[in-house]
Amino acid sequence: MLRYTALTLLRMVVTFFVIVTLVFFATRLSGNPIDFVIGQGITKEDRVLLIRYYGLDGSVWTQYLSYLRAFTDGQFGLSFLERRPVAEIVAERIWPSTQLLLTSIALTMAVSIPAGILAAIYRKGWVGSAVMTVAFLGYAVPNFVLATFMVLVFSYVLNWLPVVGNGTARHFIMPTLALSAVLIAALTRFTRNAMLDVLEQDYMRTARAKGLPERLVILKHGLRNASITVLSVLGLQVAALAAAGSVVVESIFAWPGIGDMLVRAALTRDYPVLQFGVLTVAIAVITINTAVDLAYAWADPRLRQTGRA
Amino acid sequence: MAVIETPRGPEWIMALRHLWADATPVQRFALILGLMLVLLAVATPLLAPFDPDGQSLLSRLRPPLGFERSKAEYLLGTDELGRDLLSRCLYGLRLTLTLAALGSVIGLCIGGTLGVLAGVAGGRTETAIMAAVDTQIAVPFTLIALFLLTILGNSIEVMVFVLSLDGWEKYARILRGETRRLMKMPFIEAARAAGATPLRIARRHLLPNLASPIVVQFTLSFSNIILLESSLSFLGLGVQPPTATLGAMVGAGRDYMPTQPWIVIAPAVLILIVTFAVQTLGDWLRDRADVRLRPR
Repeated sequence: MLRYTALTLLRMVVTFFVIVTLVFFATRLSGNPIDFVIGQGITKEDRVLLIRYYGLDGSVWTQYLSYLRAFTDGQFGLSFLERRPVAEIVAERIWPSTQLLLTSIALTMAVSIPAGILAAIYRKGWVGSAVMTVAFLGYAVPNFVLATFMVLVFSYVLNWLPVVGNGTARHFIMPTLALSAVLIAALTRFTRNAMLDVLEQDYMRTARAKGLPERLVILKHGLRNASITVLSVLGLQVAALAAAGSVVVESIFAWPGIGDMLVRAALTRDYPVLQFGVLTVAIAVITINTAVDLAYAWADPRLRQTGRA
Repeated sequence: MAVIETPRGPEWIMALRHLWADATPVQRFALILGLMLVLLAVATPLLAPFDPDGQSLLSRLRPPLGFERSKAEYLLGTDELGRDLLSRCLYGLRLTLTLAALGSVIGLCIGGTLGVLAGVAGGRTETAIMAAVDTQIAVPFTLIALFLLTILGNSIEVMVFVLSLDGWEKYARILRGETRRLMKMPFIEAARAAGATPLRIARRHLLPNLASPIVVQFTLSFSNIILLESSLSFLGLGVQPPTATLGAMVGAGRDYMPTQPWIVIAPAVLILIVTFAVQTLGDWLRDRADVRLRPR
């Protein structure tokens, strides 16, 4: 286990480093970022001044080194637009994003785990087909289309829910639903498949044979064994899907989170913010994935041998 | 003795017949829908009644036919600049499908080549390729796309490039695994013993056996790419106005939603139809290819 943990952590650090490096060189390859932001109508002297102000003078290597140094002293640069440290801007946005993500995950688990179990037990009946059809629709309907229709119906036609911001609990309803749809679809499918695998196992027959009530058989012997698979999927898939989804959903509902910030930064070409934002989310996702990897290996010793989970 | 008449024809026609015979009504419907969408996209220049970017300020914000103030020549109404929504939807569909097709094909070429190369070569080449694959898997692709579109600017070429990067790693991973499995098979060894060059083995012996996973992955990644392209265009980060793509039309129409909802509804419904058809087809092919996933 120790060896496996060390290898997994090492791989995580290497991935960080590769991503950090790629981000830097991709940014520099596209020319001097100052030209994008300032454009025409600036004197040569001012341009030089600005380039020095943002630390863009010096060779690529010195820039790269000072960029790497930021990871030790926390000086990640200033936003082109807001003229304040990007770390500060990103820090303000972490909590709203986390809140939205947590409500979405709570809703996802509350819906998908029962739905997945039902779909597995009644896989041939109408309950099973109904659950799988809804799960399919969750995949097939893009989140921005779902969000747009929700806004149209619940805000403009019925006038029930607010569209913009995160002020009250009512503000959470539509963004949470829009973000959860695809997560619910994914997790329901995985829960169903994991339960189907478990239901065929011998120990389920044994549990029934010794006279346990069906509910106990399903929940204690079935769900508990399926839950390892389900939780690992929750960690791996949800991190990626939520990162992608929150970009779109936060932007639609002007939710003051990281996703909304990334889109704004991309639209206004605010490189430092975009760069630091992308790195933050990437690091968060990789950390979650590594944690899931380790938890999975801890729960299932067979995985430690292979070296790759 | 009665002879059972079996339909004859090339192998792929037989395969299609089997596919059709196995399909559920929903899957058949999705297949027909998909073919119709492709036909619409191909024939767009013939079908579209107006220039998609042609403005007509006298007939701005007309509702679809059948509503008050509608005009007979604008079947789906017009947008804020008096552009015909039906024409824009058709051209948007055409561009969305074209971008997705180009992105998928390029992604397949990059990922397929690297995957087969990794599987055949092994050693350091394989390690390097798989490290690149792992790195890309580690980061949600939306982030990569946002980042690339910002530094490279928005143009159709950049969009195709970005879309082709989404999915190459899946082809690479799947095809590497399949290639490694096939390389251990006796028929490859026989071919090698007979003196076939590696290139010949790859072309004549590997590729035909890789066709099925390629087709399945292509369909799945095609639908992913459509979702990605329309999300990015929706956010204003994709192909720039006035060019119509379905996602961009929904994004731009949001401002008029309270009073002129049809500007958003028409392209949004079309997106739903497209994703429904593509996702159903993708699921169908994947379920058929992967025995473990077949409904039990």
